[in-house]
Amino acid sequence: MNGVHDLGGMHGFGPVEVERDEPVFHAEWEGKAFALTLASGFLGRWNIDMSRSAREQMPAAEYLMTTYYEHWLFGLRKLLVDQGLVTARELATGRPESRAQERRMLKAADVPTALRNRRAARLDDDVPPKFGPGDRVVARDLNPVGHTRLPRYARGRTGVIDRDHGVFIFADTNASGLGKTPQHVYSVRFAARDLWGPQASPRDSVYLDLWDDHLDAA
Amino acid sequence: MSDHHHDHDHDHQPGEHVAPLTETQLRVRALESLLVDKGLVDPAALDALIDTYETKVGPRNGARIVARAWVDPAYKKRLLEDATGAIAEFGFIGRQGEDLVVLENTQHVHNLVVCTLCSCYPWPVLGLPPVWYKSAPYRSRAVIDPRGVLREMGLAVKDEVEVRVWDSTAELRYLVLPERPEGTEALSEEELATLVTRDAMIGVAKVAAPARGGR
Repeated sequence: MNGVHDLGGMHGFGPVEVERDEPVFHAEWEGKAFALTLASGFLGRWNIDMSRSAREQMPAAEYLMTTYYEHWLFGLRKLLVDQGLVTARELATGRPESRAQERRMLKAADVPTALRNRRAARLDDDVPPKFGPGDRVVARDLNPVGHTRLPRYARGRTGVIDRDHGVFIFADTNASGLGKTPQHVYSVRFAARDLWGPQASPRDSVYLDLWDDHLDAA
Repeated sequence: MSDHHHDHDHDHQPGEHVAPLTETQLRVRALESLLVDKGLVDPAALDALIDTYETKVGPRNGARIVARAWVDPAYKKRLLEDATGAIAEFGFIGRQGEDLVVLENTQHVHNLVVCTLCSCYPWPVLGLPPVWYKSAPYRSRAVIDPRGVLREMGLAVKDEVEVRVWDSTAELRYLVLPERPEGTEALSEEELATLVTRDAMIGVAKVAAPARGGR
């Protein structure tokens, strides 16, 4: 979606503010929002692309006015209701109306193993690549209302395949439950001037990781 | 105490004014108790998750990788060819680091990592990202004005150096291998690791030589 999360190239947000000796979490609730999101994710009702998509659906003005873990909290509440783990009324009242029969609940003892397991974003499917290193490609001019990992600033721009990372789940379909659509992901190099015009340094470039379905031959 | 403007709900002294809980704090508490009561999450697992990223996984992991690459050319070669495998040799594997790529900074090329769409970051080697990395200013500007962002953050990149910005738009996670500072030839791998900062491994800083270097 052409959402406010797609920030690359925008102006007006001011300088980068670096905090010295920053804690991992700035308040207890941040750690809890993080941990609740991870623990709920292990129930297996949604994938990481659905999780990102849910956060992107926070109303734009609210997204900009809130902090990072508030985005996570919004996404988690939405997923819990959308996937039927919690009802909207339970969320509103805080009172459980039924107990879940979840065998997959993450236990403390399983946390180290669970975090070390490789989630399978990379797939073994034997899918031929559409492009190879050195090929000139143009990023499609896509404007889906759903999730996409092709940022606005690269759409319609021409780049060069730098390397082929292999076959991965396609986030854009996986986020909507439309399947894994296995395909190659490439690092695509865009000259900074092809993205931003003559104000950019002629030496510089931006590399994006894009899927076959984001690209056409240039 | 650092001077930041985020909420604090800890370290209050007795008698000190304690602000009422914000709506967000109340929401998180209510959600936690609901999910625990429903049998969806185990409170001890929440504590274990928080503890993992507060105390066990962080940029010291990445610093060990960098130091090893500086002293061991064969390791550096493996790291640049197959970062995931070379980093797994240290036992650093798993969530948000399933497919890692290492980018080498040199006197000619400066690499910088961002995630313009969200906050993708190599957790097993750097831990969770700092607020600035997830913030709108960095995400919006790193791709359109990397040199300006770097200058503001204290790093002037010469005109003749090529800047490569890596926008983490898929499940690849990027770690920058910074240049080894001059004057560190006599340092051990362990001593070198103490010099390596998180920011240098994101590509917004260089690694500085120790103040009293043995040149």
